[in-house]
Amino acid sequence: MGIRLDHVSYVYSSGTAYEMHALNSVSLEIPDGQFIGLIGHTGSGKSTLIQHLNGLVKASEGTIYYNGENIYGEGFQMKKLRSHVGLVFQYPEHQLFETTVKKDVEFGPRNLGLSEEEIALRVKEALDMVGVPKELFEASPFELSGGQKRRVAIAGVLAMKPDVLILDEPTAGLDPRGRDEILDQIAGIHRERKMTVILVSHSMEDVANYVERLIVMNHGRVAYDGTPREVFAHYKELESIGLAAPQITYLMNDIREQGFEVPPNVTTVTEAKEILLSIIRGASLAEGDKA
Amino acid sequence: MIRDITIGQYYPADSVVHRLDPRVKLAGTMIYIISLFLFDTFICYAAAALFLFAVIRISKVPIRFIVRGLKSIVILLLFAVVFNIFLTPGEVLFRAGFIRITREGLRLAAFMGIRMILLIMGSSIMTFTTTPNQLTDGLESLLGPLKKLGVPVHEIAMMMSIALRFIPILLEETDKIMKAQQARCADFESGGLVSKAKSLVPILVPLFVSAFRRANDLALAMEARCYRGGEGRTKMKPLCYHRPEYAAYGILAVYFVLIIGINAAV
Repeated sequence: MGIRLDHVSYVYSSGTAYEMHALNSVSLEIPDGQFIGLIGHTGSGKSTLIQHLNGLVKASEGTIYYNGENIYGEGFQMKKLRSHVGLVFQYPEHQLFETTVKKDVEFGPRNLGLSEEEIALRVKEALDMVGVPKELFEASPFELSGGQKRRVAIAGVLAMKPDVLILDEPTAGLDPRGRDEILDQIAGIHRERKMTVILVSHSMEDVANYVERLIVMNHGRVAYDGTPREVFAHYKELESIGLAAPQITYLMNDIREQGFEVPPNVTTVTEAKEILLSIIRGASLAEGDKA
Repeated sequence: MIRDITIGQYYPADSVVHRLDPRVKLAGTMIYIISLFLFDTFICYAAAALFLFAVIRISKVPIRFIVRGLKSIVILLLFAVVFNIFLTPGEVLFRAGFIRITREGLRLAAFMGIRMILLIMGSSIMTFTTTPNQLTDGLESLLGPLKKLGVPVHEIAMMMSIALRFIPILLEETDKIMKAQQARCADFESGGLVSKAKSLVPILVPLFVSAFRRANDLALAMEARCYRGGEGRTKMKPLCYHRPEYAAYGILAVYFVLIIGINAAV
């Protein structure tokens, strides 16, 4: 079923000098099981948007439906929604507070009132999913490295077994290797658990490599919504709203301008490699014919 | 929502009053407050109110923002007025049982009310048009002479501006941590006192950790830029008087003399 947003608007500090329209009549359909990328420059409303999806922020106007149910309706249980829609904030390691890794991950499931066995099972499962080794379960979360802290914090949300997982810049501040590892794990979770994943990112390369649908926000509105290939075909317009296409898209367009027959909307390096190789092979074949 | 709280209630606008040197505004506010206690005729109060409204007009701060600031003193204001009305001895106008209202009482109550309203509005126009950092800058400069007495004026001002600077940051951080824990189904509202206090742990621990982290980063950054107190330190925006400042002092002086003159004449 998924989540549906119907003309959602949100105004910050309404009635003061700092009034700001963060969202402007946003309508979206987020079906189950999609891997979605959400991009937009700072202040485009993407963080506000994801906070609406689990009810942390209440829309000034419009309605949101979770599996067909109005989340602002009377008797709707916000707590239940939050266990179904897991939200991992930017720099989630800043929310760690417990004395051991295990206890911190237990926080979510415990708030759901689960049994001790169920909690223990979920904690182990969640920490496994993000690749935190067993030796660290009893360590203090404050002693871990940056990347490990972040994994623990993500596990803290995964332990609630959400159906939808939203991650706000999960790779911010990580080194390239840590970034790839975390993104691969997220992609793995999406594949194996059939979870809907919404990935907020600044990196066009990341979203092009992983997601199947891309939503571009600009000035509190949805500017583009489609497959990465469709969206990045508008790379010139994306630039005007402070974004860009993956570098490989630019490279392929440069090659195209040189008179080679390559498609203009290539978004991943792997894809580009295949195309270029086939051109080179074609050229060498042609040369072989001449000789 | 937490971020709606504004400390120092600065109202951004482009006006002469906003651009004025903070020292003038501090001194001006002091002079205005003192002047309010120097006279006791209605004409003078009218003049003082007129002067204040003129300043507010020039500052481009909407009057409703300033009036909103009066809300916090409504109760105090009521007390002052009621006590003055009923407890001042003098020529009795109205009597019912032990309650009596005197002419002097009414007069005093009216003065007290007007005085307090003007006082609050007068000082809030300063905080509305001056950023907290400008205020501490002005204060540092005005308190400069105290340095000779061994008071660490610069350090105090620096601590004040750092503290002020961190208030919105920590408020935002609190908001973020609360939301992050709420996303993990934390419940801050229900339950008894003990469980409510316990539910604060997941907010307070990360908040303290982050406050220390930020303080540490800031100290490192200051150290890296060779900060070593106020001795010999220059400013990017040094406070200095120009024509508008002299003009403002002139206007203040004229106001002060005029109002004393009126009071003496009446």
